[in-house]
Amino acid sequence: MSKDDTIILDHGSGGKISHALFSDLLLPLFNNPELAKQDDGAVFEVTAGRMAFSTDTYTVDPLFFPGGDIGELAVNGTVNDVSMCGAMPLYLSCGLIIEEGFAIAELRTIIESMAAAAKKAGVRIATGDTKVVPKGKADRIFINTSGVGMIPEGVDVGGDRAKPGDKIIVSGTIADHGITILSEREGLHFDSDVKSDSAPLNHMVQAILGTGCEVHVLRDPTRGGLGTTLNEIAAQSNAGIRLYEKDLPVRGPVQGVCELLGFDPLYLANEGKLIAIVPEEDAERVLDIIRADEFGSEAVIVGEVTETDPGRVVLETLIGGTRIVDMLTGEQLPRIC
Amino acid sequence: MSLKYMQEFRDTELARGLVKKIGAVSTRPLRLMEVCGTHTMAIFRHGIRSVLPENITLLSGPGCPVCVTAQKDIDAYVAFAREKDCIVTTFGDLMKVPGSVSTLAREKAAGSDVRIVYSIFDAMAVARNNPDQEVVFCAVGFETTIPTIAAAVLAAASENLKNFSIYAANKLTPPALAALMQTKGVKIDGFILPGHVSVITGIDAYRSTFETYNIPSVITGFEPIDILESILLLIQQNESGQPDLVNAYPRAVADAGNVKAKEIMNQVFQVCDATWRGIGPIPASGMQLRQAFKDFDAAGRFNMDMPDVPEPKGCACGEILMGLKTPEACKLYKKACTPMHPVGPCMVSSEGACAAFYRYS
Repeated sequence: MSKDDTIILDHGSGGKISHALFSDLLLPLFNNPELAKQDDGAVFEVTAGRMAFSTDTYTVDPLFFPGGDIGELAVNGTVNDVSMCGAMPLYLSCGLIIEEGFAIAELRTIIESMAAAAKKAGVRIATGDTKVVPKGKADRIFINTSGVGMIPEGVDVGGDRAKPGDKIIVSGTIADHGITILSEREGLHFDSDVKSDSAPLNHMVQAILGTGCEVHVLRDPTRGGLGTTLNEIAAQSNAGIRLYEKDLPVRGPVQGVCELLGFDPLYLANEGKLIAIVPEEDAERVLDIIRADEFGSEAVIVGEVTETDPGRVVLETLIGGTRIVDMLTGEQLPRIC
Repeated sequence: MSLKYMQEFRDTELARGLVKKIGAVSTRPLRLMEVCGTHTMAIFRHGIRSVLPENITLLSGPGCPVCVTAQKDIDAYVAFAREKDCIVTTFGDLMKVPGSVSTLAREKAAGSDVRIVYSIFDAMAVARNNPDQEVVFCAVGFETTIPTIAAAVLAAASENLKNFSIYAANKLTPPALAALMQTKGVKIDGFILPGHVSVITGIDAYRSTFETYNIPSVITGFEPIDILESILLLIQQNESGQPDLVNAYPRAVADAGNVKAKEIMNQVFQVCDATWRGIGPIPASGMQLRQAFKDFDAAGRFNMDMPDVPEPKGCACGEILMGLKTPEACKLYKKACTPMHPVGPCMVSSEGACAAFYRYS
């Protein structure tokens, strides 16, 4: 394959050209024994216990953006979804849907990103599939990843477990990914260093669970942002959630773009942040653990779970007023991940 | 505005001080109308209603440009989208507004070429890049956007951009205030006047309404401190029985407005009658292209003259825009009419009173 080559329909045919793509590009980069066996599926040992299983499809436009690309996002996103079940992610699958004519050089960059992200997270991309569709039938490349992980003994997290009195921790600034994608897509070039926060959170989750503190909820507020995810938790747990605007972590440039364009950072996507809901007595300890992680240095407590207003998220504003933070009702931005 | 500057206008202590003063001077029920949709949003977003005394009612006025765009104008935009070889360019919040038959979003999904732009100048770029297609810009908005549209038309004329045209459904704010005051049953004790619009119009645009109806009127900005201060001023004027027309936003609004912008606006457009959704026709409240610029009039180019259509049955948007009803009093609110399935215009735009109520209360 020369670097000027493009993907043709034959790359998805299952024949010789498909095999060349696999053995020249995918296998050397993903590089693990399960994939190298080239069977119909990956076979691996697991210990007895509970597993978590998650899937997500990535269609982000643009494919490459400050702070990441679709490949990195596809690995981190599923690693994080599995992690938020309280699990240690182990294996991922990778399904590629590629539009005919896509540059192989770009595909290589994306696969390299996936391999690097998998390495960083400590997971293996153990099985996969590649399909090529005719020009115009897909937008360049779509990636599906599924992931499995093991849940350590004694861990029980879920969106329905938030209890009145619990503190709500966010692992860092919100809305970075959403604003980055918007700025890139619309050609809005702001004089700022806003970039996507795409990051694997599995090591952070393992550190949190390793404290032995009781952790009620772990979630990553991706599409729909912090506001929508907290609404989901309030509904699942039938509890109220009170947030404090003064404590919400938003980078200055992100806030500035939001003000300019009328976006609410509470509803913009994050790709490397988690929400941890923990009993008050454990909150400071968990906060310290999160802050010690590479991707959690700006973690803060943003609010608490309440008995009042069950099912609702209420924000105390800077001026001391209150307002409801409702679920996002329409798309602020399509295809952000 | 720099971020530091913005934070100062959200200062907690300053806000609490103003709230305290408001509580101290307020002795009787008052109904104050924020005319502008951006004010409506800001009031909800900062939780301003929740800090006011119970006897102060804030009404959301007719100042959301998307909300007051007549159904027949939306129908026209839909019709352009259905024309062969025509690209429709629009501000994003117009996409989901229902006309009598469809929305631009639905037309796009069905295959029409509808593109969201942030500025009319982006629409001109679309025209330059697609010389074989007609490009229509959906011109909505108040005095804030009209000068930019006028400047774009002048630019299109000077570069002889032949495949570009606009369909103007622009509206003027002061005539709507006068029309409101003349409407039977309307009871308003003060106007929170729009900040952005006033940057263009200046203070004198409101003088005749103020003098005719002797109604307390304060121009203000969009930060919580601005809004609280304007509410305090309106209450003080009511309590003292001394109505006044005040520019409380001098950091942005010159009393004379933006003279140059007004000149460009009047060079390209002339005042005409206009239909406001939910309210009906208001004399001298719209803007149409002057004869010299008729080449850029999409309605003429496509021979488009849409009929008036009745409002959806049961929709109280008109009464809501005039402060006669609150969204909760509309029998469709949160039932047949939600942001996912808006019936009336106030539910569509994020600046609409019903959408803001739905989202924040």
